[in-house]
Amino acid sequence: MSTIIMTTISLSIISAAFAFLLTLADRTIGDYGEVKLVINHEKEYIVKGGDSLLSTLRNEKVFIPSACGGKGSCGYCKVQVLEGGGPILATELPFMSQEDLEKNIRLSCQLKVKEDIKIQIPEELFNVREYDGLVESIIDLTDVIKMLRIRLPKGEEINFKPGQYVQLKAPIYEGSTEEVYRAYSIASSPLSKDYIDLVIGYVPQGIATTYVHFHLREGDTVNINGPYGDFYYQDNEREMIMVAVGTGVAPILSILRYMKEMNIKRKARFYFGARTTKDLFMPDFFRELEDSLYDFKFIPCLSREPADSGWDGFRGRVNNAIDQFLEDGENKEAYLCGSEAMINSVVEALKKKGISEDLIYYDKF
Amino acid sequence: MEISPWVILFASIFTNNMILSNFLGMCSFIAVSREIPTAFGLGQAVTIVLAITSIFNYLLYHYVLLPLGLEYLRFIVFIICIAASVQLLEMIIERFLPNLYYALGIFLPLITVNCAIFGVSLFMIIREYSFLQSLAFAVGSGIGWTLAIVALAGIRQKLKNAPIPKGLEGPGITLIITGLMAIAFIGFSGIVQIQ
Repeated sequence: MSTIIMTTISLSIISAAFAFLLTLADRTIGDYGEVKLVINHEKEYIVKGGDSLLSTLRNEKVFIPSACGGKGSCGYCKVQVLEGGGPILATELPFMSQEDLEKNIRLSCQLKVKEDIKIQIPEELFNVREYDGLVESIIDLTDVIKMLRIRLPKGEEINFKPGQYVQLKAPIYEGSTEEVYRAYSIASSPLSKDYIDLVIGYVPQGIATTYVHFHLREGDTVNINGPYGDFYYQDNEREMIMVAVGTGVAPILSILRYMKEMNIKRKARFYFGARTTKDLFMPDFFRELEDSLYDFKFIPCLSREPADSGWDGFRGRVNNAIDQFLEDGENKEAYLCGSEAMINSVVEALKKKGISEDLIYYDKF
Repeated sequence: MEISPWVILFASIFTNNMILSNFLGMCSFIAVSREIPTAFGLGQAVTIVLAITSIFNYLLYHYVLLPLGLEYLRFIVFIICIAASVQLLEMIIERFLPNLYYALGIFLPLITVNCAIFGVSLFMIIREYSFLQSLAFAVGSGIGWTLAIVALAGIRQKLKNAPIPKGLEGPGITLIITGLMAIAFIGFSGIVQIQ
């Protein structure tokens, strides 16, 4: 017995001594004093040096998108550094293209702020904020897709463009030992600023989707930050071609709700790709929009519906439906959201109809 | 054990080289041996860490663990000490030698798990070295490790243009070279022996 106590005490004292030494070193050697951080040539911050750029910015309430939470494994938190910051590190190189290197793009989670630094970030990121929302409802859209409504804390609101996304934090839970951030498009209308809807599909072994599907309950609090993204509704007169499969319908939902509430008079077509009628969620909502929107047609495309099911809509993939229904690409623009394979095939189909690539907006996942 | 510290220093560089006779510290030895300057930088860092940790570990073992009868704790205590020393060294290098810090990159914290460091601390206890002998052993092992990794980096730089079979590229050919170097170092073994 006394051996056990002796062992524990000695080990604790030795560890504590080293911890004390390291803390002391961190306070003295690791103290880089105050440094000046300049963002986009105008905003100046005096910050404490020594931390990573990502967490320094986070402390100043400037949020850079990051899916891995600063471990240098996702490569999302890219920032252009104009001055200061030292040479690029070996941990950043795998994420950088030749163009990134020329512009001195860096991973903000790897770069330590040790001297005065000047950086350039997209203006929209100043709009990004962090919220602790309340899960108001969780609805099953299909067997594997859920819709979450997250109510923001009282008095707070989110300003986003229809089509943009937020990042949801999956905390540590039983079966997952790390915090991760995952991006989900907002499905609710940007005019309702006090809540957001997210459409989240189940991915086997997915850390965040498992959390949402099996651990998250109504009444829980979730941490989100946003909005992000350059896929959003463009204000003009062109006819809109919207194509989505699975959870990719979320940003389209937001765009359609926005158009309805703003009473926008634009011709729009929505191709919803699914396997069978079971995967086709909210069909009544979209059919109703055919009446309430100015000129809207809902074209569900089922690729694996059994032949004897009595389905009288289109059978085949979304790119086949575009080949068949779209007459020409004159004065039209397209919004695509879904898997990479779907987007590539649809971009091909649209280009064949004569729509130029810069009028095709998409969100791959 | 009445071997002169100078003999131990010499022996641990040539005849009892940590890499080439014990094959310890292979991970970073293979990973950071692409270019001579980085290899040399890592070698220096390993040498410094070896010297510091052997002093700390020697004092800890002989003045804390032995009197308390806690020799069996040496594994865990040594590891804690090595981890803390590396952290400390990293902070110092980052602050005062930024160029070396950028050159070493993630390999600096990886010294923590370099088993050559742990090996030296354990060997000096097993072989019952005195303080001076331990220090000589640690510094010698560090220099020996540096010598081996710089030599390997030199060979690998020459190999860049050599037609290596596809399956042997990278670590494969590196291990074969290491084996050949070890055989070459056996030539030294007639001079002195310390184990």
